[in-house]
Amino acid sequence: MTVVAARELRDGEIVFVGIGLPNLACNLARATHAPGLVLIYESGAIGAIPERLPVSIGDPSLVTGSLMVTGMADVFQLFLQGGRIEVGFLGGAQIDKYGNINTTVVGDYEKPKVRLPGSGGAAEIAIHARRTVIISRLSTRAFPESVDYITSPGNRSKGKSRKEWGMPGAGPVKVITDRGVLCASDVDGEMELAALYPGVALEDVTSRVGWALRARESLEMVAPPDAEELRLLREVLDPGKLYLKGS
Amino acid sequence: MSEAATGAPGALGIASSKVLSMREAIARYVHDGDTVVIEGFTHLICFAAGHEIIRQKRRDLVLCRLTPDLIYDQLIAAACARKLVFSWAGNPGVGSLHAFRRAVERGRPPLEIEEYSHFGMVARFSAGAAHLPFWPLRDYQGTDIPVSNPLIKQVTCPFTGESLAAVPALNPDVTIVHAQRADAEGNAQIWGLLGVQKEAAFASKHVIVVVEELVSTSVVRADPNRTLIPGVIVDAVVVEPWGAHPSYAQGHYDRDNEFYVAWDDIARDPATLASYLDKYVMGVSDRSEYLTLHEGLTTRLAARDMFCAGVNYGY
Repeated sequence: MTVVAARELRDGEIVFVGIGLPNLACNLARATHAPGLVLIYESGAIGAIPERLPVSIGDPSLVTGSLMVTGMADVFQLFLQGGRIEVGFLGGAQIDKYGNINTTVVGDYEKPKVRLPGSGGAAEIAIHARRTVIISRLSTRAFPESVDYITSPGNRSKGKSRKEWGMPGAGPVKVITDRGVLCASDVDGEMELAALYPGVALEDVTSRVGWALRARESLEMVAPPDAEELRLLREVLDPGKLYLKGS
Repeated sequence: MSEAATGAPGALGIASSKVLSMREAIARYVHDGDTVVIEGFTHLICFAAGHEIIRQKRRDLVLCRLTPDLIYDQLIAAACARKLVFSWAGNPGVGSLHAFRRAVERGRPPLEIEEYSHFGMVARFSAGAAHLPFWPLRDYQGTDIPVSNPLIKQVTCPFTGESLAAVPALNPDVTIVHAQRADAEGNAQIWGLLGVQKEAAFASKHVIVVVEELVSTSVVRADPNRTLIPGVIVDAVVVEPWGAHPSYAQGHYDRDNEFYVAWDDIARDPATLASYLDKYVMGVSDRSEYLTLHEGLTTRLAARDMFCAGVNYGY
């Protein structure tokens, strides 16, 4: 999942980095095919080159050696709303067929079954980044037909398209999972199965999605991680298995 | 050049010293029912101030912060808060804030919430600091955030007709900012992550600056670009080394990530959390006594030196 996410990034792109696997994916991309990737963290570190795997997005290692450190008002107004962010990574407890994400509550907002952390910067990343990539393990619980609460809008929310809502960014183009990759349909923005990991059957994916998942006519096969990618992840980037637990 | 020779009023920091103990500063500037901000995004979160608020048993506070973090989890558990205004309530890199979750999911203790995104909170402080009634932002379209928080409204741009979100100004009674250093007048210098401290301080009726190191005004004047909070808006200066632990202070000490992980177990059980507060907050009189309970901490987390080259301010 991390390797597939890293491959989504092109050299020289400006990426808004979230914590967890996206953080690892961005640092893997920087160590392999995209040395010129500009990592921007919502904490205000611009062009960060963390020497250690940051536990949080406010880790002191993001500051040391970065290109710029600025206040959060600048991050959100000048970089994000200013249209400077090319890619944003998002994850969440629930993701629906249009890529709407819930990180706020499971159940009712007023009487939640599970209270989650909330938006942080995710809502505005989903609205402003030129494109977003979602990362999540597949399960019917995580992929319901519609989410309990829309924290971060996808390709279609509350009956309207992004264009109708006036959102600047293109929205989620892909959902990278642990079994395959979903891509947004050009026609209606619905997430469709586009690629499978080696050894994964179609049903392994469709049975873990809470809606009738459309599969593209010719499914691509995701190339497995190569030896160098695995070595970097396991020996250099996350030797303590901070983020690679169970994956 | 000596400080006196600069001729600056208060350069020696004696006549206009705002230096108080943490106990005095909290007693004077934090009252029951106040709207209180302890800011700092991961970096420079003033736990020492939060602990003193708990010790002085403040009640019915409206606590505002982008990321409530462990310090507001502790204040919620200690029943200091009536309401929480926030944008991301988790334990960074670890998981949940359990005291916050118990309050919101089960009402133990009851807690009103008012929720934004980070941009929304930044915008609220920016409006407060600029003395505007609201701040416009292109945000929240298609989300449920304005549904659950009716204070997020729509405005129409008078020039283009575009519909934008608007959030109300936030003007706290008191904002507490931790800084690496300040002089006795409160000219506070911060480096590393800056968060939203400048906006929060300017938006606030009162400002308490808590520092790792008290320096003479000449140190501030030698590097004025480093000053984030000017002394003219500061009411009190508290000198409290290690006052941000388990958060961190760039160039002084690292974040105590082990404690952030440990908090998950401590806070999961209300009894364990209560005994933590009994021992480390109520059981000590101040931050220096708190440090005596953490053997080896200052060695374990001390920052290695990485100095910058400095710049030429000449003309």
